[in-house]
Amino acid sequence: MASKVTPRVRMPATAKAGEIIEVKTLISHDMESGQRKDASGNKIPQHIINKFTATFNGKEIFSVGWYPAISANPYQAFYVRVPESGTFEFTWFDEDGTTYKAEQKVTVS
Amino acid sequence: MNSISAARTRRIFLQSTALGILALTQGAKSVLASAADVDALIKAIAGDRKPKEGRITLDLPTIAENGLVVPLNFEVESPMTESDFVKSVHIYAEGNPNVRVADYTFTPLSPKAAAQIRIRLAQTQSVSAVAVMSNGDVYATKKEVKVTIGGCGG
Repeated sequence: MASKVTPRVRMPATAKAGEIIEVKTLISHDMESGQRKDASGNKIPQHIINKFTATFNGKEIFSVGWYPAISANPYQAFYVRVPESGTFEFTWFDEDGTTYKAEQKVTVS
Repeated sequence: MNSISAARTRRIFLQSTALGILALTQGAKSVLASAADVDALIKAIAGDRKPKEGRITLDLPTIAENGLVVPLNFEVESPMTESDFVKSVHIYAEGNPNVRVADYTFTPLSPKAAAQIRIRLAQTQSVSAVAVMSNGDVYATKKEVKVTIGGCGG
């Protein structure tokens, strides 16, 4: 697998109180399905990110469990409400125990 | 080699090849899931309640040229308040080696039970979305996608 896993999040940094905004996330990861074979016919073992969560000021808003049917470099878009200024935190959980994190501060104007 | 043994060798070759092909196709069939697997999963979620139609908008291309990257978009109609919200949404692909695609969990803090993702589809098949509401109601919908190139390696 590519050694560098880079999470990316795109969302506005400012919002009106109570506004609903779309969050787009992308992470570079092979999401090896466990179905593929290498050149000599051996199965390549499964290695995926199996969970993604989004929290706002520590409270969970949204989470999703992923299976091998998710494409490589998983793209996930969803919606959040911004009740007040605060920090959104996004976490990807790799099957091997690694977690990848990204955060975004949003200011209510 | 005389002609008799050549014919026999050929017959044996044909028989073994035919057997090999039969084994291959049967093997390939058992690897992939079926619509019954999806029904079993929906039953496990819904229990005695019959899944209702409506409220879910499931958006997928009618024809996907590349099964490795198929955009999927869903939205479930709901006020998303403390008393009435969408608890979870499950995506199943009945023709993949593993039926499960994604399990979404929403909370009253999520303003919309909607998301977009890109999925893999091994072959032409129906993709199902099942939504569980906070009051226990279950909604289900299905959409067929024609896949030109399958997306599960092999």
